Amino acid sequence: MSDSRSDSRSDSRSESRSDSRSESRSDSTSDDGGAAGAPVAAPVARPPSAMERLSDRGFTGATRILTWGVVALAGYIVWEIGGHALPAIREYGTGFLTGTEWDANRQQFGILAQIWGTVYSSLLALLMAGFVGLTIAIFLTQGFLPRTLETTFRYIVELLAAVPSVVYGLWGIHVVIPLLRPVAEWLHAGFSWIPFFSTTLSGPGMFPAALVLAIMILPTVAAVSQDALTAVPHKMKEAVYGIGATRWEAIVKVIVPAASTSIFGAMVLGLGRALGETMALAMLVGNSNQITLSLFSPANTLAAALALNFPEAGRIETQALMYSAVVLLAITLIVNVIGAAIVARATKRLEA
Amino acid sequence: MATSASTETTTETTIDPEQLKRSWLRPHTFLSGLLSGLTWLIALLACVPLFSLLYMLVVKGGSRLSPAVFTELPPAAFEAGGGFGNAIVGTGVMVGIAALLSVPIGILIAVYLSEFGKQTRIARVARFCIKTLTGMPSILAGVFAYAAVVLLTGGYSAPAGGIALSLLMLPTVVLTAEEALRMVPNAMREAAYGMGCTPTQVVLRVVLPTATAGTLTGVMLAVARASGETAPLLFTALFSDYWITQQGGFALMEPTASLAVLIYNYSGMPFDNQVELAWAASLVLVILVMIANAAGRLLSLRQVGMQR
Repeated sequence: MSDSRSDSRSDSRSESRSDSRSESRSDSTSDDGGAAGAPVAAPVARPPSAMERLSDRGFTGATRILTWGVVALAGYIVWEIGGHALPAIREYGTGFLTGTEWDANRQQFGILAQIWGTVYSSLLALLMAGFVGLTIAIFLTQGFLPRTLETTFRYIVELLAAVPSVVYGLWGIHVVIPLLRPVAEWLHAGFSWIPFFSTTLSGPGMFPAALVLAIMILPTVAAVSQDALTAVPHKMKEAVYGIGATRWEAIVKVIVPAASTSIFGAMVLGLGRALGETMALAMLVGNSNQITLSLFSPANTLAAALALNFPEAGRIETQALMYSAVVLLAITLIVNVIGAAIVARATKRLEA
Repeated sequence: MATSASTETTTETTIDPEQLKRSWLRPHTFLSGLLSGLTWLIALLACVPLFSLLYMLVVKGGSRLSPAVFTELPPAAFEAGGGFGNAIVGTGVMVGIAALLSVPIGILIAVYLSEFGKQTRIARVARFCIKTLTGMPSILAGVFAYAAVVLLTGGYSAPAGGIALSLLMLPTVVLTAEEALRMVPNAMREAAYGMGCTPTQVVLRVVLPTATAGTLTGVMLAVARASGETAPLLFTALFSDYWITQQGGFALMEPTASLAVLIYNYSGMPFDNQVELAWAASLVLVILVMIANAAGRLLSLRQVGMQR
């Protein structure tokens, strides 16, 4: 037994593996028990044959090429969408971003209304999901529930993320909108001087869309906020409790502020999800290009407009849609990179 | 918690035990209790949408569910009955194509990221690209597949939909597989290297088999996500009222039905029959997605269990 073990060691020594991996390898002998258990008659350990080395070269090469490939793919996506958008970019320039009209017949294309709708609906959703998500994160990390119930509750919140967005859309059309209509009617009748309630809900509209959107991004916000809150060092918590703070004084004055950067990052990541969400908005927002503060009037978003207009678009309109896809890509990319950077930095700081 | 009495009095040497009792009349305690109550309320309210959704699915979708919906074709506008058998098949075919593309490629990339090229610059760049792809709106995967496949092949097809879906699956597969590979104890690699294995043999015979459960978790989660996606299919696979098998062969290069697009198309229709079918299809889709999700979770438990 001991012979074969020393064999295998000397083999691995003499077999010079030139890569840097060998540095990280420790020289422990206790772990090749599986090798020692094999029959001793045939040499268990031997240097790789030429064939094996060749196939190794091929395999590692293939994985490297594929890794390059995924970088190339990311570039190709941008190039392909950008390339098809190019004629529209040349034709409409930056006026595309500030125009408010989308008329395929007169070939007038502007996406300011869609950008407004995208940002407005996402911020509304974030306002709701941020508040509820943070509350849930506090609820699940600050000992409100016994451990087993905490896990169950977390699972319930995560289930929200598993439901396909088109099902949320269906639910929104047949449950949320009928439910909201009397409320909207009442608000409009009593408070129509407030710009938010200046129109009534006649079917699809901004608020039902934002509400459903908030439900969809809630799991993201809640999960990342939970990570942020659990990362707060225990010592801090104990110190605050030690000087006689109530649970909520500890939460509001110490724990949440300590995790505030990561929580902010969680909000930005939630925003990134909301900006790109398509189906629920396409089904609930009403596909109407207007810029208004009213919560109950129909509106439009970049992603929803793509989903609704693309299938029937002609050549020129397709190019314009590609241009708006580029804008959507740029917005979500920037927001996501910023969000990830904030979370990464905050995690590093808390760990330090 | 009982020490919520104000701190000024504690400077005296004798403390009245009455002061240490919890009293709801103190603003401290009252506020804390109020906030706790509100938290409970909000947490419970947050569950309402999920249960409302599940209730509607079971009641509305369940009442329409029958063997016929799995075997029949979608009905025409005023027609009664019908089903969405072709959409189930279509979803399966397209998710299958997407998995065939993204799973092998994704695992090989994960192998490079975690085994061969951990700290190289290309690995860092690739990791960044993959994380960016995770955040890419799904509709853009559709726009890309339209530009790259539909325009090239000249028509809506199942492969176009599959390619769009594979773009969404790839990041999940890579990131979870990389995580699973990292969890394989280094000692096992060392043992294999000690036997004279080439890096390839180490990966194929030791690391990947050990990380199977974790890798499959990623695959199942990706499948769950892809089966529910609608936006990438809208203008890549479109929809079809017919079976994918026509005249004996597979009509892959034709527009293909999917559950998600069927729900979308039928959700806003003024016909009760179609809306009922949309609910039934939603129930089927949610059950499929939940099964895939649960499978992924069970596998991930097994992966963690192995490490302990």
